[in-house]
Amino acid sequence: MSAAPLVEVRDLAVSFSRGGQSIAAVNGVSFDLAAGEVMGVLGESGSGKSVTLRALLRLLPEHRTRIGGSVRVDGHDVLALRGRALDDYRGAVTSMIFQEPMLSFDPVFTIGRQIAESVKRHTGVDDKAARARALEMLDRVRIPSPARRLEAYPHEMSGGMRQRAMIALALACRPKLLLADEPTTALDATVQIQILLLLRELQQEFGMAVIFVTHDVGVAAEVSDRLGVMYAGRLVEIGPAVDVIESPSHPYTRGLLSSIVRGDMRGTRIEAIPGAPPDLAALPAGCSFAPRCAHVRPECLASVPPMRAATEDHAARCILVGPLAPA
Amino acid sequence: MLLYLIKRLLYVVPIALAVSAVCFSLVFLAPGDPLSAVLPADASTEMVEKLKADYGFDKPIPVQFARWVGRAVQGDLGTSIATGRPVAIEIGRAISNTFVLAFFACAIGFTLGLFFGTVAGYFQGTWIDKLVTAIAVAGVSVPHYWLGMVLVIVFSVVLNVLPAVGMGADGSSQWAWDWEHLRFVILPAITLSMIPTGIITRTVRALVADILAREFVAALRGKGLTDRGVFMHVVKNAGPTTLAVMGVQLGYLLGGSILVETVFSWPGTGFLLNTAIFQRDVPLLQGTILFLALFFVALNLIVDLLQTLIDPRIKRS
Repeated sequence: MSAAPLVEVRDLAVSFSRGGQSIAAVNGVSFDLAAGEVMGVLGESGSGKSVTLRALLRLLPEHRTRIGGSVRVDGHDVLALRGRALDDYRGAVTSMIFQEPMLSFDPVFTIGRQIAESVKRHTGVDDKAARARALEMLDRVRIPSPARRLEAYPHEMSGGMRQRAMIALALACRPKLLLADEPTTALDATVQIQILLLLRELQQEFGMAVIFVTHDVGVAAEVSDRLGVMYAGRLVEIGPAVDVIESPSHPYTRGLLSSIVRGDMRGTRIEAIPGAPPDLAALPAGCSFAPRCAHVRPECLASVPPMRAATEDHAARCILVGPLAPA
Repeated sequence: MLLYLIKRLLYVVPIALAVSAVCFSLVFLAPGDPLSAVLPADASTEMVEKLKADYGFDKPIPVQFARWVGRAVQGDLGTSIATGRPVAIEIGRAISNTFVLAFFACAIGFTLGLFFGTVAGYFQGTWIDKLVTAIAVAGVSVPHYWLGMVLVIVFSVVLNVLPAVGMGADGSSQWAWDWEHLRFVILPAITLSMIPTGIITRTVRALVADILAREFVAALRGKGLTDRGVFMHVVKNAGPTTLAVMGVQLGYLLGGSILVETVFSWPGTGFLLNTAIFQRDVPLLQGTILFLALFFVALNLIVDLLQTLIDPRIKRS
């Protein structure tokens, strides 16, 4: 990994204007991702993780959204892409799997046509070749009797099957970066595991980088090489998945991890994080977790703490953590 | 699909029977005697009785109904009391004139409605959207006959560029595709197109805005489809509902407009109906209403079938 990273996100900031109010959904997110690396992003709803993903594919409604910072993916200055160049980038360099496969397929087009459409768009092949590619992809994600499924409409398939088809669609043009927005949240527990295993297998086979957004700590631990934790639109901790889970540095991460319910906890009191996430329309000046933090100090309230390194590749946005992180 | 088709066709039979029963009996609820309109005031009782017997008005209503239906299925709707011509011929002549008017009104209304609606849907919440919505509301709210009269005053009386009434020079009621006839249809067609323009604009606007906000549109953009590619998906999703609404609108227009046809003296079904009502021409009235009612039944059937063809989610079995 001597070359530049595949993904470079610097100070990404996203705010929505709604009725004269500005809602700061993402507030200065920076991270790198190497080719073939899987990064999990953990956070509760409203933490800005999905918005970050959508910003990477420029899927946010343009006239109501202000995006700042910079995003480079495989040499593309994503935030500067316009018109045709943006369309060429989407789906070919970076593609996305959505949370609810029922809602993310067009209900009145067949699955085969929706995959072929993407293939045709990016490779310029004819109908027949595009359909052949769609069939190959359906087979690849192990949909039974794929030839028949090509002609199926989304409502004729089960949730797990649809998510498989969504994966087939997302990978049909061999993207270098796959964005997965809670791809297993809407599925049954048994199906979740199958989809996760499939994703991991395909990730290794295709060698693509993946950003996997989830609020499920178990899922994040299962799939990620590195793990980022988001809170109130900021990355509050990032590091190797094992380190973040085994020795969390940020008080929020610790709270999040200790709020997982496990079988051996029967009878013990579950520790919840007190309070509620801050109002994104009026963020506090300092650390946004400070109002809920048990270790809060006066300097926490004065300004947003910088990223500080706990170990060489593990950092957290908390003044209690070791020396200042580089970059 | 074939089974579905047969099933839908069979449903039409009881609907058609019920509709004709209603058409037939409604006329008897209205006051007035059809014969008193054609008979001189001093007609003798025997003469009245003879005429009643000729037209079958002396029989009980159910018997009249059965005989009427029996003849109607053979295409015989009776004879107009006022003109003495067969009702079927009167209707045939009027319906072709109404079709001409409806054709132009639909061409105008559908084109404008689809265009305005799509633009407003794409620019939802902007001033463009607000302007288009205002036009649509005005189109639906402005009374037809009033607009018709205003158009006549402006274009016929003041500017004197278009004829005010009729459908051809010298009171001709025979349509032809030339400018001499075309100029007569312009004002009534514009007047009649206002409601479909408004309704289709609103429908399409709501549909397009709703579809564009759906998750799958983000997914389509996310896989790199161009605006044109996404638009094709919007069209196919909005298609079934739009078609249904257009079908119903077309039906309304084909049914003829009593008000507009009367304002412009356009010799169509609306005009015919109006005449039949005022002349108490019962056979003509019953025939026209029945024809229009069955026409709507057929229209709804066609729209349903078309929707099934387009939208795979409507169950076919």
